[in-house]
Amino acid sequence: MRRRTRALVATAGLCGLALTAACGGGDAGSGETGSTTDGGSGEGEQITLTVATFNDFGYTEELLAQYTAEHPNVVVEHVLAARAEDARANLTTNLASGGEGLSDIEAIEVDWLAELLQYPDYFTDLSDPAVEGRWLESKVAAATTEDGRLLGYGTDVGPQAICYRSDLFAAAGLPTDRAEVAELLGGADATWDDYFEVGRQFVGASDSAWYDSAVSIYQGMINQVEFAYEEGDGTPVGLTNPEVREAYDAVLSASTDDGLSAGFEQWQEDWTAGFQNNAFATMLCPAWMQGPIAGNAAEVEGWDIADVFPGGGGNWGGSYLTVPAGGEHVEEAQALAEWLTSPEIQVQAFGNAGTFPSQVDAYENPDLTGATNEFFNDAPVGEIFASRSLAVDELGFLPYKGPNYFAIHQTVQDAILRVDVTGEQNAEDSWAAAEQAVADLGL
Amino acid sequence: MSVITPRPPTAQRPREATARRMGFRQRMGRWDVKVSPYLYISPFFILFAVVGAFPLLYTAFVSVHEWNLLGGQGEFVGLTNYRDVFAQPTFLKAIGNTFSIFALSSVPQVIAALALAAVLNANLRAKTFWRMGVLLPFIVAPVAVGLIFGRLFADDSGLVNALLTQVGLEPLGWHSDRLTSHIAIATMVNFRWTGYNTLIFLAAMQAVPQELYEAAIIDGAGRLRQFFSVTVPQLRPTIIFVIITATIGGLQIFDEPRLFDDQGLGGPSRNWMTVAMYMYDVGWGNQKNFGRAAAIAWLLFLIIIVVALVNFLVSRRIATSDSPRGAARLLARGSGDAGRTPAADATRPTTASKET
Repeated sequence: MRRRTRALVATAGLCGLALTAACGGGDAGSGETGSTTDGGSGEGEQITLTVATFNDFGYTEELLAQYTAEHPNVVVEHVLAARAEDARANLTTNLASGGEGLSDIEAIEVDWLAELLQYPDYFTDLSDPAVEGRWLESKVAAATTEDGRLLGYGTDVGPQAICYRSDLFAAAGLPTDRAEVAELLGGADATWDDYFEVGRQFVGASDSAWYDSAVSIYQGMINQVEFAYEEGDGTPVGLTNPEVREAYDAVLSASTDDGLSAGFEQWQEDWTAGFQNNAFATMLCPAWMQGPIAGNAAEVEGWDIADVFPGGGGNWGGSYLTVPAGGEHVEEAQALAEWLTSPEIQVQAFGNAGTFPSQVDAYENPDLTGATNEFFNDAPVGEIFASRSLAVDELGFLPYKGPNYFAIHQTVQDAILRVDVTGEQNAEDSWAAAEQAVADLGL
Repeated sequence: MSVITPRPPTAQRPREATARRMGFRQRMGRWDVKVSPYLYISPFFILFAVVGAFPLLYTAFVSVHEWNLLGGQGEFVGLTNYRDVFAQPTFLKAIGNTFSIFALSSVPQVIAALALAAVLNANLRAKTFWRMGVLLPFIVAPVAVGLIFGRLFADDSGLVNALLTQVGLEPLGWHSDRLTSHIAIATMVNFRWTGYNTLIFLAAMQAVPQELYEAAIIDGAGRLRQFFSVTVPQLRPTIIFVIITATIGGLQIFDEPRLFDDQGLGGPSRNWMTVAMYMYDVGWGNQKNFGRAAAIAWLLFLIIIVVALVNFLVSRRIATSDSPRGAARLLARGSGDAGRTPAADATRPTTASKET
């Protein structure tokens, strides 16, 4: 009896000592190795590949099961984060801690591509003759390092069009047909001045604002500037670029002096509510924005999409699939990523979630070209966004977003919000505050 | 002599023999006495060393290095990170915001919790229902609280502003005015934590000896007087505990202000960015600078210690300055024992009342 208690005490004490080392961590490592013998390239061997994405990539269970049907030895598991920010935090933290816990395929957004390109060794070089010419040139260029390594396979792009409320247009005496609206806004040579000018006409005849948010318009403009806040080699120039100041002034004078902005911050409560209150008549809408508009404006009739964008093409968002270098099944993961980003699968994903393909061949696929969106008055969205996507390529460049892009961009966004949304400051003071904020970054 | 001298060895020999035979068991027995108490308490200290002390020291180590989230450890830079942090006006603004939100939440919260606990301690109908009821907000996930209150406090479409305009007041800029935003965030915090503190106070109140109240009633004390002269002094250790935990929680506040708008950075002017949010932004946001983030973590740690100490001293004074009016204190003074703490006094009236 006594001996037994003592043994128990000893075990308990040892367990206490080894709490973190042994008594719980025993099965952490052995779980997976049991089913997947090391090496992992032999035929017929059963492996599980994990794919981490966010929001909605359109990778439904049926779509992933399709891959298992073609490759019986591979089971695909989907790890889904609700927001891109969550996926980003997860990815960077796991990379920082040595790659433990990363999925075999990690999706990344174009927004955080630049910061990851600084550390190419974390990722597998995916360049492969088999995928050459598959994507829009700009899509590939953005994910390629200086020494020619391709770090990600493009999934979707965010070509921007103009979404508008035909009923509000009609009430203000403007044309409502989507082709006429495209002409009204300047057609193929549309400029921001045209867009603001029609806006002034509109607000003169309506109670609604012309667009939802000044930041969104600024974003559209700055995405057409090749080197906004940094030189080509990544050297930050702060807010000294005159194009930045021009865009800032143009947006704010249109927004507040002319009253074109509804004064919302996107994704905020008031913005969401604004869809139901007829608060604004137009929005810059990348392909993936169709979903949020349809969701927020449920029951509201009259939304439509015009095949036009001020200043030429504009891209907002879009993602890539990367294969972290430290994974156990790098080769198989690359094969899966290649399959997932193939034109046929991307067209399926577009059907599932509205993510517009970045694959050139997909634009000839009848499933895509024939796609319409019932909510937007049956607009031929496949056709419209394909045309918008080519306009992005016609621009000849994608804006350079170096490692300091977002830190600086955010200071301007904040400055615009202070004038457009909260009304704390006038444009001049807010600009000075932004300059101070850039100085604080200590770049 | 010759008979006696060999005796001790013979007396010792069998003992030595057994000692040699049972050497291991004996040694184990010795260890049992000496070591096992430490083993019994070791889990706490090991856990503390692993999850408390080590991160603390490692954070200090990180804070004196250049350290990028992805790039990893860089050069040793001494106190540069601390200097950089102080050079950023956002840091000072964040400290101001944190204290403002802390004051707006913790003070009303503790007072309200105390009052609520007093009500719940009374002889109510459906006691358990009310007691569980106050804890309900606490089990709502902070994210849900953020979403719900975000909707309530929306500037144009929010219910709160709709009510204000209904009664003829000007709508408030919940996201544009600094103090107003702090009030909105403090409301979220109070919503979640008041009930939790109430239950702690309630538990402590139920441990207050009934005799104290009887004595107070005999002395002619009304309800309010009983509350301030008996209940509050008796709760002193609990009040100090609640204030200290509220201080720690209040100064580390993160969830509610982060969920107050979509960007989670405290608004365009960082009007409601707290120190914890600032730390997160520096470490994981655009700067990706772990060195600076670690420096902020240490500064926050020091601030919390200082504030907790100040709070401790102040709350001790408040509770003791109350107690001379308390029944317990009066009894204690009667016996000439002025230096006793009310907690120690608690036993005294029990015996005193038994004697009467």
